[in-house]
Amino acid sequence: MLMNLFKFHGGVKPPTNKTQSNALPISIAPLPSRLVVPLHQSIGGTPKPVVTAGDKVLKGQLIGEADGWISAAVHAPTSGTVSEVAMHIRPHPSGLDSLCVVIEPDGKDEWLAHGPADYPAMSPADICAYLQQHGVVGLGGAGFPTHGKLTPAPSVAMEDLIINAAECEPFITCDDLLMRERAEEIIRGTAIFRDMLKPKRVLIGVEDNKPEAIAAMQAAVNALNEPFSVVAVPALYPAGGAKQLIRVLTGKEVPGSMRSTADMGVQVFNVGTAYAAWRAIAHGEPLISRVVTVTGNVKEARNYEVLIGTPMDELLALGHPKADTDGILMGGPMMGFLVPNPQVPVVKATNCLIAHSSELFPPAPPEMPCIRCGSCARACPHELQPFEMYWFARAKNFGKTQEYNIFDCIECGCCSYVCPSHIPLVQYFRFAKSEIWAREREKNAADSAKERFEFKQLRDEREKAEKAEKLAKAAAAQAAKKAAEAAAAAAAAAAAENTESAENIDSSTASTPEVAPPALAPQGDFLRGAVDAEKEAKKFAIQAAMERAKAQREAAQVKNTDNLNAQQARDIADIEARREVIQPSTQTVDGNKT
Amino acid sequence: MEIALAIAIMALGAVVLGAALGFAAIKFKVEGDPLVEKIEAILPQTQCGQCGYPGCKPYAEAIAKSGEEINKCPPGGTEGVQRLADLLGREVKPLDAVEKPKSVAIIDENTCIGCTLCIQACPVDAIVGAAKQMHTIIAPMCTGCELCLPPCPVECIRIEVIPETIDNWKWRYPVTEIKAAPMREAA
Repeated sequence: MLMNLFKFHGGVKPPTNKTQSNALPISIAPLPSRLVVPLHQSIGGTPKPVVTAGDKVLKGQLIGEADGWISAAVHAPTSGTVSEVAMHIRPHPSGLDSLCVVIEPDGKDEWLAHGPADYPAMSPADICAYLQQHGVVGLGGAGFPTHGKLTPAPSVAMEDLIINAAECEPFITCDDLLMRERAEEIIRGTAIFRDMLKPKRVLIGVEDNKPEAIAAMQAAVNALNEPFSVVAVPALYPAGGAKQLIRVLTGKEVPGSMRSTADMGVQVFNVGTAYAAWRAIAHGEPLISRVVTVTGNVKEARNYEVLIGTPMDELLALGHPKADTDGILMGGPMMGFLVPNPQVPVVKATNCLIAHSSELFPPAPPEMPCIRCGSCARACPHELQPFEMYWFARAKNFGKTQEYNIFDCIECGCCSYVCPSHIPLVQYFRFAKSEIWAREREKNAADSAKERFEFKQLRDEREKAEKAEKLAKAAAAQAAKKAAEAAAAAAAAAAAENTESAENIDSSTASTPEVAPPALAPQGDFLRGAVDAEKEAKKFAIQAAMERAKAQREAAQVKNTDNLNAQQARDIADIEARREVIQPSTQTVDGNKT
Repeated sequence: MEIALAIAIMALGAVVLGAALGFAAIKFKVEGDPLVEKIEAILPQTQCGQCGYPGCKPYAEAIAKSGEEINKCPPGGTEGVQRLADLLGREVKPLDAVEKPKSVAIIDENTCIGCTLCIQACPVDAIVGAAKQMHTIIAPMCTGCELCLPPCPVECIRIEVIPETIDNWKWRYPVTEIKAAPMREAA
């Protein structure tokens, strides 16, 4: 079909090196001696192991349960015994461990009972859940759970569904062979995605250096009578990048800030993903194997259908690596990495193993200073300015790298490929990105720690204030009461004193009128009266306090034993009897002790 | 007369401008000390008190107001000193303590007696538990400040360095430092 194609900026044309491995058909790799299946194989949450050491598992049995929506289940690739659930090295540039399920195959390769899904009766949500349970993830390399991409954006109409079959990285031919041999199933899988997303067009983008695959796909489309367009796109690295392929096929430019292309009405899936989705729906097979290209410094390069978890050295041995092989490159030469250990397992994202030798990949010449020639900017498919980002990343000025949109970089390696000074630019960008992420994490942790610290301080302050207030209130109440009592007592005493002194005066004047009372007497009397009143008040206060305490005691006395019915009385008698039994014994124990 | 008019105009101008300034001072009043906030943003918020102040904010205030040294924060490390020096225009000084890797406290739950003393000591509410119940540390919230160690009567809390995992692993700096060759002794 003729279509008006667009161009993306930059790109490079490295030697493709695909002919070595695309001549032979896909071969089924033999059962390996053991399978190490990492639980974390897709972006998102790490699946939780549901088996333990010693469990017998069947082929296709669930061994890791998806944790959260963006996560996909993991299954046993063959039947056998789980020998351990432990930390093993995962194919990751860090060479660090992650949780893996190790299975000793029993050689029978016995399937768990499985069958096709009742596809026409399933709702879109059912299909998403089904694909998640069957561990279907993007097989292009990033490993994004497929079900997470199958919900159209609510605001934007889905226009284009793109099947990415460009396979632009040199050496890799797994998608090419999959299309040549299993085109019909890919088209059926694509039809499932089409039913889910309901796009206006379905485009299958294949680089024009794979004429057999294009023919096979076109034949399958015609045979199944689907309105899909198989489009040959010019071979130019990285045409297989999602944003580049969207650009080439539709002319749409995906903004760097956009997280999901669904917001632009476009969704992209890898061919392998479409195939895996079809196998899951039509046969009930979870994603436990994939096609992997074994190439590079080997005598017989070809594609194998490999069980997930196969150790890479066992797989590479099938291609008879030459004597000078000194490492295994996972992925292509542009974006791949040397695996930290040859025994690391094949995972869902492994599309190619390249036997590494210093003859095939000569060591990079020493890094020279940047001469600001701008070749990298001309090659960058995202129209970034790698030389500027390089400068700031090297100086660890990460804010500036972000101003130059470092997070739009897809690490395709075009800039490093063209750099005349042999600067490993992508290394710098990876370094800067991971530093920025780490700082972000630290910043968030510090902010939340500060928030909690401030809240704790606030809480402590409040508690202190509340306590002080309570104490102050109690003290004030006490003081007021005391004052009132003292006043009352003083008034009473004064009244008594008054009558008494009046009587005294009367009697004194009556009996000894000539003896005048000493001048100081009334004053002294008054003083004495005041002291007495104070004493009296204290006495009253003490009495009142005792009275109050008595009342409180009475109020606090248990009163629920007054009106008991016969049953309760019996129970209490029982308890008392038991207590009697226990009491002497404890006493004897005490006695023994003493 | 002209002099009086000139003075009146100047006075009027002064009054108008003064009023504008006064209004601006109230309307655009800056809450808090922006410098303290900037310093505090650099400090790691572990609230560990290793600087001698009861938290990061008091230390930030001391740096801003009373000219406290900037090299007293061990969790911030040399990089923190560097950033403070850049912010304040001061000289970079070597850290006044040993720099420690990021750590997390771990409670041995078999030994814990549930005394709640560590809960009271934790500045960032990262310990959960109740009286006579086992306590545990919410690892992602722990800042590794070690303030829970001294109050524990049974010494069941230990500090462990956070190991490198795939989730927190970072790409290495691609530049290999060029080391100066040892100078040859002058003959």
